[in-house]
Amino acid sequence: MSWYLTLPLVIPFVASIIAYLLRSSPLGAWVSIIGSGLGLIASIALMAVVLDAGVIAGQMGNWPAPFGITLVADLLSAVMVLITAITGFAVAIYALSDITERQAKLGYHALFQILLAGVTGAFLTGDLFNLYVWFEVMLIASFGLLILNGGKEQIDGGVKYVALNLISTILFLTGIGLLYGMTGTLNFADLALKVEEVENQGLLTVVAMMFMVAFGVKAAVFPLFFWLPAAYHTPSFAVSAVFAGLLTKVGVYALIRMFTMVFDHDIGFTHTVLLWVACFTMVIGVLGAAAQSDFRKILSFHIISQIGYMILGLALMTPLALVGAVFYLVHHIIVKANLFLIAGIAKRLTGGTEVYQIGGLYKSAPFLAILFLIPAFSLAGFPPLSGFWAKYIIVKATLDVEMWFVAFIALAVGLMTIYSMTKIWAEAFWKPHPDGIEPDLKTLPNKPAQIIPVAGLAILTIIIGLNPEPFVIFAERTTAQLLDPTAYITTVLGETP
Amino acid sequence: MEQLLSVLIGILVASAVYLMLARNLLRFLFGLILLSNAANLTIFVGGRLTPGAPPLVPDGMDAPIGDVANALPQALVLTAIVIGFGLFAFALILAFRAYQSLGTLNTDEMRVAEPKEN
Repeated sequence: MSWYLTLPLVIPFVASIIAYLLRSSPLGAWVSIIGSGLGLIASIALMAVVLDAGVIAGQMGNWPAPFGITLVADLLSAVMVLITAITGFAVAIYALSDITERQAKLGYHALFQILLAGVTGAFLTGDLFNLYVWFEVMLIASFGLLILNGGKEQIDGGVKYVALNLISTILFLTGIGLLYGMTGTLNFADLALKVEEVENQGLLTVVAMMFMVAFGVKAAVFPLFFWLPAAYHTPSFAVSAVFAGLLTKVGVYALIRMFTMVFDHDIGFTHTVLLWVACFTMVIGVLGAAAQSDFRKILSFHIISQIGYMILGLALMTPLALVGAVFYLVHHIIVKANLFLIAGIAKRLTGGTEVYQIGGLYKSAPFLAILFLIPAFSLAGFPPLSGFWAKYIIVKATLDVEMWFVAFIALAVGLMTIYSMTKIWAEAFWKPHPDGIEPDLKTLPNKPAQIIPVAGLAILTIIIGLNPEPFVIFAERTTAQLLDPTAYITTVLGETP
Repeated sequence: MEQLLSVLIGILVASAVYLMLARNLLRFLFGLILLSNAANLTIFVGGRLTPGAPPLVPDGMDAPIGDVANALPQALVLTAIVIGFGLFAFALILAFRAYQSLGTLNTDEMRVAEPKEN
């Protein structure tokens, strides 16, 4: 059983070692692709097992929980691992065209695989301290990837990214110390049982807020998001795509995990805070995007605004709202990574990322225009694409609990998302290029490596959009597990043989 | 002893926050390392300071006999120190590179990635 859990972690680590040894040869990129491909197969296998069994757990080193390190996969973990593997595979292919020889020599492919391992580990672990360790694995790899180019911009963005993320890490660690002092355990399943026995429930709320701030920085919620738009537009496109798709979502995942399983003792307080945070995050993110004119900066602010929707789903804490949050999480990763990859193609065709300085893509590269429209419309929530269903479920959930104002905000933010997407469309695609360049998709170097991942992710968006039912049913099963963690707890602690 | 350490943690956090509010990146980093040490001490105190025998299991037994010290916080702190050290080393080099290529350690003047609107 535990091979299903360890393989998605072992594969990227092995791939990273091989890729590091082959960093000076063009084979390094292929090691990364094959590693990500095998990782994808392993995570599909994990998904199949979890779909069947509900929850599976493995004790590392055969130390029984809660003493040893536990790896657990419930449906939420499994789907996050799967979506990580899909994104990783797409970006690994894209890297063939995007990563220069110099970056590869500095160890891009090895760092990329370690990043995937860190993200996967964070999704699979069943232990709070282990989660901290996986966060660090992910962070140090992302630091390396961010400043790999070594230009002024990267260093400048890197300083802010590193500084704010390190503060969040230390807060997380302090929270772990305090929670351990109160409960005497760090295993999620054990924590879920022990927090009820804590005498001073007020103190527990204080620690919960510490975790909320720590994970809030990682998830880039208002008012803790400032590192994100400072850094995400500086690295290579492949790097920013995988960052945009995965890193903030690890924070969201950690919030969902902790605030459904462990910190559900004072929902009236913690989840009201989350509700306000979610509303501000949505609005500030979308307003920030409206003020930007750089392709990737617009998209960066949209990450923040979209995170707000996921947090909103968590804050409402109703079954339907959590279904929406899970659906949103999956849809968002695919769409967002795809948009950053398209920004890379647009840059290579037109020579810039500032939307006012580029143009003419619709006339000369209509295929790319279609590929852009799919994720862009999905992000804004046009039916019948995946974003429509995600937004629909969340808004329906807010209406069900009669929070009219929150529903209004969610809808208004969707409308303003269209405004930004229209800006990119009108400037980068529709208007003629200001320098008279007529970009041609045929001149694109290494074209298949760029088009295949983008088209593949776009097809996934369409599949989810046209056939949302199985995905919603899956999200409902996931939500049932989140709201009633009995199966999770018994599987981990092994009460039933 | 716990009270004494708690006060120490408080002093460390206060000095750390003071240092981190500075515009100078190097001061910020010094604050960060103080803060990470405060976090480590918090874990240590969180595990309760139990004077007792070393937590060793005698031959042929499953569990140690009598009151033994709690070994887990030390393991956690050790891990956190190692990770913190690695991250701090990286941050220090990054600050050095930032000074080399941007010519300043004043965070207010680091505006290359986000230029001011005119």
